[in-house]
Amino acid sequence: MKGLIVERAGPLALIQDGGRFGVRHLGVTQGGAADWVSLGWANWLLGNAPQAPGVEITVGGLTLYAETSVTLALTGADLGATLDDEPLTPGSRFTVAAGQRLAFESPRAGLRAYLAFPGGLDAAPVLGSVASTVRESLGGLDGQGRVLTEGDCLTWAGTAGAERTLPSSMGTLPGDGERVMLALVSGAQIADFSGTSVFEAFNTPWQIDQRADRMGVRLTGSELRYLGEGMVSEGIPLGAVQVPADGQPIILLNDRQTIGGYPRLGALTPLACARLAQCQPGTEVWLTPVAAGQARDAHLHQLACWR
Amino acid sequence: MSDPSIETVGMDSLIVRLFDSIDEENMPWMLAADRALREAFGEALIDLVPSYTTLLVHYDIQRLDLQAARARVSEALKGLAPATSGEGQRHVIPVWYDVSVGPELERIAECLGVNHEDVIARHCARDYSVFALGFAPGYAFMGRLDDALATPRLKTPRQKVVAGSVAIAERQTAVYPTLSPGGWNIIGRTAVALFGRDREGYSLFRPGDKVRFEAISRDAFIAQGGDPSPLAERGDTPTEAQT
Repeated sequence: MKGLIVERAGPLALIQDGGRFGVRHLGVTQGGAADWVSLGWANWLLGNAPQAPGVEITVGGLTLYAETSVTLALTGADLGATLDDEPLTPGSRFTVAAGQRLAFESPRAGLRAYLAFPGGLDAAPVLGSVASTVRESLGGLDGQGRVLTEGDCLTWAGTAGAERTLPSSMGTLPGDGERVMLALVSGAQIADFSGTSVFEAFNTPWQIDQRADRMGVRLTGSELRYLGEGMVSEGIPLGAVQVPADGQPIILLNDRQTIGGYPRLGALTPLACARLAQCQPGTEVWLTPVAAGQARDAHLHQLACWR
Repeated sequence: MSDPSIETVGMDSLIVRLFDSIDEENMPWMLAADRALREAFGEALIDLVPSYTTLLVHYDIQRLDLQAARARVSEALKGLAPATSGEGQRHVIPVWYDVSVGPELERIAECLGVNHEDVIARHCARDYSVFALGFAPGYAFMGRLDDALATPRLKTPRQKVVAGSVAIAERQTAVYPTLSPGGWNIIGRTAVALFGRDREGYSLFRPGDKVRFEAISRDAFIAQGGDPSPLAERGDTPTEAQT
């Protein structure tokens, strides 16, 4: 079957969907698009289900050659995408003609771009999802979690729906000079951190460290002190802000381990995780407390946008 | 069981805390809570992650708000009775214990001042409880290990531990289901597959299962389909502190 051929794979392009659920008790990680909001909008542009499979392109470096004509949608980071050397604006749908090349260079804004396909990218689900988790050898085109590689052929499952245009102010990328606020639902263990640490957590800036991937993002800033006792490992929610002995928080994302024993301030909301997934190392971010109910309202509002 | 607590840990997740410390006696209660929570949440459950003393409930916020989720937990735990013993499965795992595939067999024997056979005999002498799954798909944390065998994790984890490697750390034991990095002490290898996408339920081990290891010869290991290639990386010296 004709499709899009990977001519140049780049550092990290992965097939992702909404994630792998119902198997975390077996030690299987959640996976899925790190910026699930951008994947959702890309799919919406084509009339797909919000978490239909697409490609998550981290940093850039990917070139796809079209063997056949297809309508695609691109959202998320601006990775300098071009179609036969003509610039493409993220947040749009466009048609690629047979013989054209779609290329991604390097980040101009954000970190991860999402490419959606008519009816969703075609790949066989493994344990209920096509999400590629390299560490676990699950998902992706080959079912073994492999990253996209030169020679891979991307095909799709359906046809694009009616033309749609993105509403304004829907993105996960911060505007120019805008402070990146990450909403955090406090967990019970926050009571076991020193009062100063809790104050500093929410009132001092944090820098995104170089050590950042789909498992977790390390922040540097004030040293947070946990005063409680040693913990027994327990289940870890998406966005958990864990604080190891060095006092520098790590925010755990989609490919995190399923259980772990570090104390936690709480967890970022899934919407905040999507924003975090677009932050380059060195970005300054702020944690801001939010009630679980408020976080839920915002999340449901996002889902409602795609109905 | 102490009075369970229900803690908010995120927008859509609760931790149900049943115990404060690791104990085999927890398991019948943990299994009962697992089943009760699955029943109580039904379709509204996205994932339920039991660990040694707690269960993480990840629920669907399109169906439940926080108050409703907490109410379901409370309802589920009302009149909870421990699962009857023998509910978990029993497994016997044949292991080829040898320094070529389990380099730390040497050091543990030295520390104890005994020979390899004594270490092997001690590792095979008891049934272990599966406390929790985590770290990797199908990776089961099992205990309690004979006190004498308790060994700290390696200071620097190996980059590659091959599938089937039988390991110990502190008072726990485990088998690596797939090739992965790992910081536990490796003492042998099994040919038994622990995790497979075509296996019913995917994972051989489940929390509450009982596992016993049985020493076999190199020939028997190979006959079972085992790969006898030596573990390439040597382990370093153990850490002093628990990691």
